[in-house]
Parts: sequence; C-alpha cells; structure tokens
Amino acid sequence: MTPEELEQIAEEERGTQAQFLHRVNVCLAAGCISCQSQSVKDAFDKEIANRGWQRKCQSKGVGCMGLCAEGPLVSTAQGALYQHVTAADAGEILDALDSEPVSRLVCRTDVPFFQRQKKIVLENSGLVDPERIEEYVGSSGYGALMRVLTEMTPPEVVQEVVKSGLRGRGGAGYPTGLKWSTVAKAAGQHKYIICNADEGDPGAFMDRSVLESDPHRVLEGMLIAAFAVGASEGYIYVRAEYPLAIKRLRTAIRQAERLGLLGSSICGTRFSFHVDLRLGAGAFVCGEETALIASVEGKRGTPRPRPPYPAQQGLFGEPTLINNVETYANIAPIIRHGGEWYSQIGTEKSKGTKVFALAGRVLNTGLVEVPMGISLRDIVFEIGGGIPEGRCFKAVQTGGPSGGCLPAEFLDMPVDYESLAKAGSIMGSGGMIVMDETSCMVDVAKYFMDFCMTESCGKCVPCRVGTYQMNELLARITERTATPPDLAMLEELCDLLRNTSLCGLGQSAPNPVMSTLRYFADEYKAHVEEKRCPAGVCGNQAEEAS
Amino acid sequence: MSPVSNIKTLKIDGKDFSARQDETILEVARQNKIFIPTLCDLRGLSTVGACRMCLVEIKGTAKLLPACVTRVEEGMEVTTTSERLDRYRKSILELLFTERNHICSVCVSNAHCELQSLAQRLQITHVHFPYRYPKAQVDGSHPRFVIDQNRCILCTRCVRVCEEIEGAHTWDVMGRGIDANVITDLNQPWGSSETCTGCGKCVHVCPTGALFEKGRSVAEMLKRRNFLPYLTLMREERD
Repeated sequence: MTPEELEQIAEEERGTQAQFLHRVNVCLAAGCISCQSQSVKDAFDKEIANRGWQRKCQSKGVGCMGLCAEGPLVSTAQGALYQHVTAADAGEILDALDSEPVSRLVCRTDVPFFQRQKKIVLENSGLVDPERIEEYVGSSGYGALMRVLTEMTPPEVVQEVVKSGLRGRGGAGYPTGLKWSTVAKAAGQHKYIICNADEGDPGAFMDRSVLESDPHRVLEGMLIAAFAVGASEGYIYVRAEYPLAIKRLRTAIRQAERLGLLGSSICGTRFSFHVDLRLGAGAFVCGEETALIASVEGKRGTPRPRPPYPAQQGLFGEPTLINNVETYANIAPIIRHGGEWYSQIGTEKSKGTKVFALAGRVLNTGLVEVPMGISLRDIVFEIGGGIPEGRCFKAVQTGGPSGGCLPAEFLDMPVDYESLAKAGSIMGSGGMIVMDETSCMVDVAKYFMDFCMTESCGKCVPCRVGTYQMNELLARITERTATPPDLAMLEELCDLLRNTSLCGLGQSAPNPVMSTLRYFADEYKAHVEEKRCPAGVCGNQAEEAS
Repeated sequence: MSPVSNIKTLKIDGKDFSARQDETILEVARQNKIFIPTLCDLRGLSTVGACRMCLVEIKGTAKLLPACVTRVEEGMEVTTTSERLDRYRKSILELLFTERNHICSVCVSNAHCELQSLAQRLQITHVHFPYRYPKAQVDGSHPRFVIDQNRCILCTRCVRVCEEIEGAHTWDVMGRGIDANVITDLNQPWGSSETCTGCGKCVHVCPTGALFEKGRSVAEMLKRRNFLPYLTLMREERD
C-alpha cells in the first residue's frame, strides 16, 4: 500500500458513492439497535429491492448519530433526519426522497443539540459504514498514517501531539504528548501500545459509540502512536459487555490487515504493528491501567503501586503506552490538521473537544461532542434541552463513581479538567448524568458507593473494608436509622480512603459522597436528624420493603 | 553507570542516611532501626503494597507513599510518624479487626500474632467502626494444617511464598472486594489439593492464626520464618 494506492481506493469509493442518486443512512449502533433499527434497515433494503432502485438508492448502516433518545434514527443524503422510524415507515421515506421530507417523522436539526456541537472524534459517526474500511478511507481515513509514515519522523509526531495540548480522555487528563515522549524515550527493545476500552462508568457510553461507529479511527490513532513511540505490538482491552464494538473492531482489524495498513512492513516501510483484542471479564477495576495490564498478561486484574509507571515498566515489564479510546480517536485529526489547529479549540489548559454521554433527567439523552470550556448550563439546557416534565434541575453527576455531583450554582462553570476538579468532581471519561428534584442525593451517593464496593478488587485494606463500611453507613442513612456520629464516621472514612487507598478506584470512591456532603448537606441532615427523605425516594423504598 | 551515583542520601525523620538506589525506604528504615509498621510485607517475598500500614509522608509529594515499594531518591525527606499517619494506621487496623472474626482469647496465635502486636504497639484500645461478623469457613481437610478464614487479613503472604519460594502456586485469591478469599487450587478443599506439597511455608509466613498446624491449642502456634531469608540468600548466591 502506497499513498497513491490509498488515494485510489478513496477515489473509487467516492465514485461509487456518487453513482447513487439517493442515500438512506440507518443508525446501527447499540442505542438504535436496541429499538429495532436493524429491522428498519432490512425494511429499506427490501423496499429498495422491490422497487428495483438498487442502482439509484443506497441504504447504509452507519454509526451513532447522537440523539439516542429519539431512535431509531435515519438520515438521508438530502439532509433530512428522521426519528422514531419503524420498519413500516421505509416506503414513505423512500417516496419522499425526491420531495419534501415526511413531516411526521422529521427530527429538526436546526436545534442547539446539533448546532452547538463540534465534531472531531465523532466526525464520521453516523456518516460512514463502520464495517467497510473503504468508507473510512473515502473520508480521508488512514491519510494521517500515510503522512506520518512518509513525511514525518517519530519525534516530529510526538511534537505534534505535544503541540496540540491533548490530554488523556480516560479521566485523569494526563498530557498525552508527555506520555508519548516518555514512552518514546524509555529504554527497551520491545514496547507495547494499549488502548483502554474498558469503559465501566455507569451511564457512560462514549467509547462504545466511537468503537461501534468508527473503529478504524481508533486503529489509525494506535498505529500513529506505535510509530511515534517505537512499538510493534498493541492490544485493545475492550469489555466483553460490548459485543457489537468487539465485532466491528475485529472486522476493522481484518480489513486493515488485508489492505496492508496493519501488520508487517506497513506501506513498504520498516514499520510493523500488530494489534490484538483482549476482552475484559467484567471488572471495573481493570480500567485502572496497572490492573488492566495485569489482566492482559493473564493475571488477576488487580492494580499495583506506581511508580514504576507503565511508561517505564508496563506490559510484560516493557515500556507501555496506554491511552483511552477517545484519546486515540483524536490523533488522526491532529496529524491531519496540525497540533496548532487543535490547540486553538477549548480552553487554555484543556484543549480540543470532549465527548459526553448525556443521560438521566434530560430531554435529549445521547452522545454529544462539545468544545472544552463550554458551560454545564449549555450542555444540560441548550444541547440537552433541559429537564423534562417541567421539573427543576438539581444536580449533574460527572465522572461516574470517581466523580461528584454538582449543584445548580456550578451551571455556569466552564467544563474543563481544572474547574471540575476544583468543584470536587472530575472530568472522568465523559459520563454526565442529570438529576432533578425527584432524585435523593444520599440515595445517589449510596448507589455509587455500592458500585465501588462491589467493584473493589479487595487487594488493599482501605478500599476493601472501607467501601463496605461506607456503604453500610449510607444504607443506615437512607433507611433513616443513622445518628449524627455515623455522619462523622462517614466523613472520616472519606478522608481515609482518599489518602490511603492503593489505586484510583479507592482514592476516588469517596468523591460522590464528599461532593454530596458538601453541596447537599441539608439532605443528609434531613435523613439523620429529621428522619425524612426530602425527595421522597428513600421513604418509598422503606415502605415497599415493609 | 558509575558506582558513585548508585548511592543516595536521604533524610528519614530528620536524620541523614545513605542507601543504595535499589533499596526501598522500608529497607533503609529497618537497617537503621526505625520502626515502620507493616503487615503484608515479609523479607524474602515480593512486595505488593496492599496493607497500606507502611504509608509515609514524603516532602514535596502530596500523596502518601508505601515505604515497602518506594525506592529511595537523592535528597528525599521522609516522615515515618505523624499524627495523621498514626490516625490512618489505626483506622486501617481497626478496619481489619471489623472485617472478619478476630477473637484473640481463643486464637492459636494469641500472643504470637502480628495483627495483635501491631494493634498493641499502636495503642488501639477499642474499635469504633461496626463489626461485620461474617460467616467464614474453616478448612481442616489437610492432614497437617488448617485454614481458618475468620482470621485471614488477605495479606497474600501465603500466596506469594507458595508461588515464589515453593513454586507450587497452590494458593491464590478468589472473588473480589469484601468477598475476596484465599483459596487452594480452584477452590477445592486443601486436603484434596493436587499441587500442595505439604511444605508448610504458608503456615509459617501467615501473620495471624489463619493458617496453623493441627494439634495446636490457644496461643501455642509459634511461627518460624528463619527459613525465608536463608532460602532467598542461597538462591541469590546461586544466581
């Protein structure tokens, strides 16, 4: 494969696409599939065949279009977007291809949900067929890899990433360029690349969507990373709960290998890179890098103390670069447009865009990509469309079990790594759960603590026993049998876990409790002192139980 | 690398010490008779940093670091005891006491138990966290040894000695979080284990009365660990 050959594939693909007068894109990502979008796609195929339109109209399965709440979604080449499409609507939509869109199914795209987004990671999502490499190549895919291989040296690639200001999208926000240069400089014959796709936060589905909608983008990012740091082997650690993502990744790897974009002597150069999948067996802690590495090695997935960091001693004791799915998905555009371009998006310290999975009590649940620095209010009320049923906003939870709940007073805060941390939450991987007045914050804290308790690996004492004790205390508070000393003990345990736990799971497990104690202290007080749940959540539970 | 740069000087509790660069803070502290509490650490076995008892403060680092795995660095300033560290260590010990059923008065290891002596040394007079009182198993199927899960603190010394020294890997950990347990083979009764060599190393490295020899009554189980540094030394010489 040479750059010319790649360009030829792209040309051919564009030519094939141009032959069709019409195109119907049906979302075939997990969200829409769960509301029967596969039968919609089949109905379109059948209808097109019945009409003999095979040369005129193409029906295509594509990735996530974002507005999961209104699925199944179908878009046409004329720019119409249809929501809640059923198999029975196929004929009507095809009839309308030459005229006005079917008004009863139209989903408006001139609304903030679509207008306020800035798509870099998701630029191909909903447009290309994730199961065909030609489509990715047709939208300038693997062009960045070609450029890197033919025009750049590894240090230049690292420099470009440094210049972009990209920070790790897995949650902690470690500067990606710095990580790359550390691995590049680490001594070792054998180096590894790992893609962390063990997305486990409740309510988060960014990585799943990227893998389901545009798997080649992640592969291209990993290839560029491998070239930059001098690695020849890589693993994608993806949780087994994502069967569709796994299937599409496998397809993508096979296709890339067939085209010679993955494997030995890529594009005739001396650069070789082999990538394999490792499936997570359902342990949240395996999202922690050292536990993930242990799991890839075939050991029990438990974290180990750092340093040494994986950049020096990672997989099989060799220098290892480990990044999140979304981080890799940002790489190709950075190389294509330059680090300078990327660094102009976002805030001073948080560059670029971030994909959020908007869930909970918000009108437009789904996947959104916004520039860093946008306010929470814009995300929840503008893009998210606000709270349904005329209820009041109460809190937004970011960062999953490691994050915190932020009340209304933080709505105008810019969304970036520093601001979120200062407010007692974290950016996290991008889960964003909106809550209204029907949510009890103590109950929410208990939910996350229960999660951390069951997901603790049990290696270190503070996390193993501390999360259990905290969960018991929170249970007593929600059952309204707790006393004021219990609250003090809860705070004591928060401090203990945060400072003494071995890994990020235990250290951040108190965050949901601490942030709710800080911003919703009156709710805890009501449960403990007045023995009532202001939101009426805990009361109902107790009555049901009795 | 020149031999000069292999030696680092550091301060522990305000006093100056020198150390080889491959030594940990804990090793240097022990050489110089500075006490840092430990539970999972045992000389001759690999380090895991799991019990969190040996956390120390290091100037310029916001996080507390485990002395057992943290290597010395030039100019490092380590504090091994402070009000804060003391409080955390006591809390962690208390959590261990609440986790399973540690009843010293009926324990074979009474007066020879590391958990007990550490609690005494840190002057723990009572436990203020609620006890769990879990139902835990006792496996007496082995002809010579018993495992009493009630007294296990999951330090994984048995797992490590079996794998690293004996080479049998009979022991491992099963389950996660509060439900984690050490098991023999694939959670088979110890007596039916096909990998166990019956060497008894696990029994003697166990810090509490969780692993003991049959026929021992209250306070009779003395653990002998001299073999471990000896074996390690002999192997190092052979290498």
